[in-house]
Amino acid sequence: MTDTILFYTFALLVLGGAILTITRRNAVHSAIALIVTLIGVAGLYLLQRAEFLFAVQIMLYVGGIMVLFLFVIMLVNLDQAAKQKQFSGQWWIALLCVAGVAAGFGYFLRKGAAAFRLAPPEPAFPPGQGNTETVAQVLFSEYLLPFEIASLLLLVAVVGSVIMAKKRV
Amino acid sequence: MHPITTAHYLWLSAALLLIGTVGVLTRRNIVVILMSIELILNAVNINLIAFSHYLHNVNGQVFAIFVITDAVAEAAVGLGILIALFRNKETVLADEVDLLKW
Repeated sequence: MTDTILFYTFALLVLGGAILTITRRNAVHSAIALIVTLIGVAGLYLLQRAEFLFAVQIMLYVGGIMVLFLFVIMLVNLDQAAKQKQFSGQWWIALLCVAGVAAGFGYFLRKGAAAFRLAPPEPAFPPGQGNTETVAQVLFSEYLLPFEIASLLLLVAVVGSVIMAKKRV
Repeated sequence: MHPITTAHYLWLSAALLLIGTVGVLTRRNIVVILMSIELILNAVNINLIAFSHYLHNVNGQVFAIFVITDAVAEAAVGLGILIALFRNKETVLADEVDLLKW
């Protein structure tokens, strides 16, 4: 019962924030709406017992990426862009294509929904081991090589964005 | 009220993905297009976590961590490109960048 109410609350936050994000004229308002969406997604993580990802979502997305977005909105002058029209000329073609994809999603989800029942009850964690320990164990044993490659990717991204934003290379 | 199943999460993530796609395809402001890409990546993460919960398998959460890593890298490089673009062309509208257009 509580789960149902919480799910619909977070779903409302997620979808309402998302729709506001893509329709607001002012980019700062879009960013604020996106923060609401990201917090809603974090709540959904908590509802599904992914506590570590909940913390990562709040700290990295809301605390990191959104601050980056707001910094760039501050650096780049958006006042002129806000006065012009916000949607490109082929918006109706885009909406038509998305409606087609939505129809496909709807058909297959309706057909396949019976295959998903309630999640079976959680097996008890081994004593003294929570979600974070379990994730860490898998991440640092089974996925050690992808983890290191991800660190390399972040290094490349840092160097690349600094070079992009520099005045003279 | 019936309880929440995995299918509910799949509906939600499909809706979020479609909203993000509409944002990428229709908006002209590049900052908002990058935000819409974040929406799409979050829809993917909801799916991964839903199945991780349903199957009692923590691999989905590890994958979600990698998706978040990619989202960070993409946002950093994308915003760097945006700053370079604004310095050179004084615009943040995607359809005014038409150097390669006939």
